[in-house]
Amino acid sequence: MSVLIRRPTGDTLHEMEQDTTLADTTEVDEHDDQIVDELLIEEISIDGMCGVY
Amino acid sequence: MTAVDVPRALLDRALALDPRVALRPEPFGALAYHYDTRRLVFLKHPDVVLVVKALDRHDSVADTLAACEIAPDRYPAFERALSSLIESEVLHDRIG
Amino acid sequence: MTALVERLKGGLEAPICLTWELTYACNLECVHCLSSSGRHDPRELTTDEAKAVLDELQAMQVFYINIGGGEPMIRRDFFELVEYSVSKGIGVKFSTNGAFIGAARARRLSELDYVDIQISLDGADAATNDAVRGKGTYATAIRAMNHLRNAGFGAFKISVVVTRHNVGQLDRFKALADSYGAELRVTRLRPSGRGTDVWDGLHPTNPQQRQVYRWLLAHGENVLTGDSFFHLNALGEENLPGLNLCGAGRVVCLIDPIGDVYACPFVVQDQFKAGSVLDAGGFSQVWKHSELFGDLRRPQSVGACASCGSFDPCQGGCMAAKFFTGLPLDGADPECVWGDGEMALAGVPAGAAPKPMMDHSKPPPPTPVSFGRK
Repeated sequence: MSVLIRRPTGDTLHEMEQDTTLADTTEVDEHDDQIVDELLIEEISIDGMCGVY
Repeated sequence: MTAVDVPRALLDRALALDPRVALRPEPFGALAYHYDTRRLVFLKHPDVVLVVKALDRHDSVADTLAACEIAPDRYPAFERALSSLIESEVLHDRIG
Repeated sequence: MTALVERLKGGLEAPICLTWELTYACNLECVHCLSSSGRHDPRELTTDEAKAVLDELQAMQVFYINIGGGEPMIRRDFFELVEYSVSKGIGVKFSTNGAFIGAARARRLSELDYVDIQISLDGADAATNDAVRGKGTYATAIRAMNHLRNAGFGAFKISVVVTRHNVGQLDRFKALADSYGAELRVTRLRPSGRGTDVWDGLHPTNPQQRQVYRWLLAHGENVLTGDSFFHLNALGEENLPGLNLCGAGRVVCLIDPIGDVYACPFVVQDQFKAGSVLDAGGFSQVWKHSELFGDLRRPQSVGACASCGSFDPCQGGCMAAKFFTGLPLDGADPECVWGDGEMALAGVPAGAAPKPMMDHSKPPPPTPVSFGRK
């Protein structure tokens, strides 16, 4: 079986871990500029969550 | 293009929550569910929820943002959010 | 990973939508039935108990519930409960094999607002479908769809569990759905319920999984998946639509026919039981304060997947798939796209995988006994 897609290395995971900590702040503080850039709205399908018939 | 065709700036519009939408508070903000379209929208910040709930008490989006003490440098993000909610049919223009 | 999903992992005030199996009774005996249904359970919730749950769900502002079973239309109070739910502002989608949708019921269903119907089908032709769901079930499903169309129901859903034998039929399923103006839904087979017994030979192979992923990217714009293929997101840059996380105990859960609450319909097992709607404090207490859900809402151990660059899109896959194949929950999914799960499965001793706790399957027909001498 040929592997068509190269599996990413573990480095990507480490970077992602660093990104998520900032996003947890909900208070309006000096991270305001990040909050301004962040999308305040996100739409998802009512069917878009796992664990449902 | 006549004056009628020029889209009114979002800030000038009077908006309201669609009556077919349920808004449920959550720790991060709120969930909005439109019963007819079955669309589900996450309001990802408590300030967005504050603004959405205050819209029908003010004559314009601009007035609402000011009343909710939203800093002007956040207006672009809020305008994007409110436009998105209009597109999702969660919010609509108030008639009268 | 979006900030939203991080917050969702910490739990919500109420489930976004929950699955409620109304009965273990079923007229069918599908080989892969996730709830091992067939026989009614004498402990099933009464109409009043069910309505009390719906009252609670209304108070919690649950928007939408997914009703299933067994075959939910077998319950005598089926319409009563559906109508009660809608009257309380809770939308309903119910999953059915269609055997009980004749002309009259199709008309009755068409008059109901805020009710979605999902017809189960696992083959684009009778041969493929009936091999899994039983003789005549393909025709039954089509008949139900015809009745719904004739009654002007509007868009219903056709829900397909992807198997080794129907992977090549995705285009035909789409065409079938389109011909009825229906929505196609394709979901992942989990080794749950009777699925435990048939999973080895029925679940899609690794190349077939890639086929599903590619098909969904190319044709899946209007195809629902219940976010059940998020483990396949490891294959590419583009995530399939959905929250891309296991919702069990965080955004979804199951209420079973006897009122027990589980993390999701695919883990009906003691370890994943959060409580009962009949306990003091009801469903609300279980959802908000059960120990199990509290555990699931805390960061999960990543374990063996920590060194994999695909962990962010894959999230370690499905808890149920790992549990019922005897794999550790903090390791690779048995269908890990990189083959790590297959490798791990080789190390699981035969017979070591947990057996499903509940089995409401009908007993096999008695073998004929001959009297007298031949």
